[in-house]
Amino acid sequence: MTAFDTIVRGVGTLSRLTGRGGGTTLPGRLLLKLDPGALSRLGSGLTDGSVLVSATNGKTTTSAMLAAILNSQGESLVANSAGSNMPWGITTALVDGSGSLGLFEVDEAWLPDVAAALDPKVILLGNLFRDQLDRYGETETLASRWRETANSSGAGTTWVLNADDPLVSEVGRPEPRGEVLYFGIEDLAVALPEAPHARDAKHCRECGATLEFAGIFSGHLGHWSCPDCGSSRPLPAIRATDIQLEGMSGLRARIETDFEEGLLVLPIPGLYNLYNALGAIAAATALGVGLSDCLEALSEMDAVFGRVERFRLEGRDLSVLLIKNPVGTNEVLRTLGLEDPPLDLWICLNDRIADGRDVSWIWDADFEVLAERVGSVTCAGTRASEMALRLKYAGWDASRIQVEGNVGASLESALERCSGSLFALPTYTALLELENYISTSRGLERYWER
Amino acid sequence: MSETLKLLSLYPDQMNIYADRGNITFLENRCQWRGIGFEVVSCGIGESFDPGAHDMIYIGGGQDRDQEQVAQDMITTKRAALTEAIESDAVVLAVCGGYQLLGTSWATDSGIRDGLGILDFETVRPDEPRLIGPVAIEIGSDLSKATVAGFENHGGRTWLGEGVRPWGKVLAGHGNNDRDRTEGVAYRNLIGTYLHGPLLPKNHTLADSLITQALQRQGSPEISLEPLEDDLEEAAHRDALEAALSAR
Repeated sequence: MTAFDTIVRGVGTLSRLTGRGGGTTLPGRLLLKLDPGALSRLGSGLTDGSVLVSATNGKTTTSAMLAAILNSQGESLVANSAGSNMPWGITTALVDGSGSLGLFEVDEAWLPDVAAALDPKVILLGNLFRDQLDRYGETETLASRWRETANSSGAGTTWVLNADDPLVSEVGRPEPRGEVLYFGIEDLAVALPEAPHARDAKHCRECGATLEFAGIFSGHLGHWSCPDCGSSRPLPAIRATDIQLEGMSGLRARIETDFEEGLLVLPIPGLYNLYNALGAIAAATALGVGLSDCLEALSEMDAVFGRVERFRLEGRDLSVLLIKNPVGTNEVLRTLGLEDPPLDLWICLNDRIADGRDVSWIWDADFEVLAERVGSVTCAGTRASEMALRLKYAGWDASRIQVEGNVGASLESALERCSGSLFALPTYTALLELENYISTSRGLERYWER
Repeated sequence: MSETLKLLSLYPDQMNIYADRGNITFLENRCQWRGIGFEVVSCGIGESFDPGAHDMIYIGGGQDRDQEQVAQDMITTKRAALTEAIESDAVVLAVCGGYQLLGTSWATDSGIRDGLGILDFETVRPDEPRLIGPVAIEIGSDLSKATVAGFENHGGRTWLGEGVRPWGKVLAGHGNNDRDRTEGVAYRNLIGTYLHGPLLPKNHTLADSLITQALQRQGSPEISLEPLEDDLEEAAHRDALEAALSAR
């Protein structure tokens, strides 16, 4: 550790003590200004190397799952779980933490830079969906940059890729120097009855022809093939079959590899979390963890983490499900559709920079599916009115929709109007505001102080 | 009322990047709540359409690759019909990429491409940042002015030819080219604009005026739409306007 590192570590502590956010980025920002090579230098101190996790949806949950598996194996991790997934957040985690293996979730656009700096052991890529087009640009452009990274990276990096996402699986072609390990869902019984509107990968990455799907699980994730050039979904080495979705309480699936199989009992809901679990299992396998150890660690995960948080407030259950783009939101809506109606909902739409200033995406998500199932609805956030309008035009009963921009006031009102369980659907900055409000008003701990 | 609004949606599979279906959902509900029928017909790659059969034509924005495919197809299979529809006062709403295609030329990162050339304007793509953010514009004449709020995200800069009328004047945001404070293009009952995706939900009075124009084209000159309960619509318009004006 250099003198710079020691000083900026003090800055982080100071930043937390003075209450300026979580102090999860400032030290890294400062250090990268003083020493642009800091990320690479600090990363080389990790004796077991590092793992990077990136995706449009599920980075945080997948990282938490992989951390649970690796922790169960006694691995000591340095992770950016509480904070920023940009280079400065990862640098901050390295300055603050001590451990032998780095586990970092990485912003999609920053992945090439972070990969170049860390020469990771494993890079796990989950999916690419349209998300914050004002920030990230087109999904195809991002996919091309990932592919360039894979095909120029070192032989020591294993690429763990979602076979079902045409944009992601093609990152493994033509031939990265390191190994490629695919994961995916086999069970077409859980495919959607019809192709969803929010679909981004329509064209073959090789020849540009329109892709065909034998089944779609979510967005453009499914069993795809190109009718023109014959390019198709690779057979995954880690696969899920016999899937039973059990509403908000979780799901079960049989996980197969070429050598063994086992039952996954996941305490968090939704097919999207099955993808997250498959990615985590595949990455852990690449690091040498056995399948049964992975399944055991995942079944014991506390449901209170990552992107499905639950709180108990004055006798009511509050379940928090992050929404930020059409595909992720559709999965949340699909999961809620498995719950008994009427559903009481609090939906908070912000248009701050970290959410994306453009709220157009809510019109691409299929809120229509819950039209007949809602009880009380409270819309909050900086763009509460447009959220409420979207619901009205999705066929939701407008007389049940209340608009109250303020996070605290709207949450209290939603709690009062709900009959037992309240489902909270915040965008990213709204999630932070919600956690802050709950911790301040109910005296619960902030996550970065846990 | 027994009218039916017939809407033609051009290339919905390719040109839908910014939740363009929000505009159609919005029009559909507002017609149905008033007892006005609403029919949507899609027209995609390789297909042709009857210019007299539709009161309103919608085309949205797409990713570069989609827009290139659409541009070529549109020139060969739809230019004549679209020109005829526009000249016979069909209501046309062309958004973002769909707007660019109506001009003489447009551009991707890799070069200049031919447009339909229905209107005299061109879109260039200088090596400058994309124009992204909330927008507010003023439309209409001195007699009836209105504000329209939305969001723009485009790399292209559009320059209108001599005598070509912009749709609005930029109050906040970038507009056609970030220089001359014009936004979009207006010609007969056609609007081309960079205010992308769900523009109509943020501007319900605009949506209603398009519905009125479309129904009047069927030959009933005195259409007066039944008023609706528009509290949420007004709030959404106000907040979208506020998002643009406060970012100025």
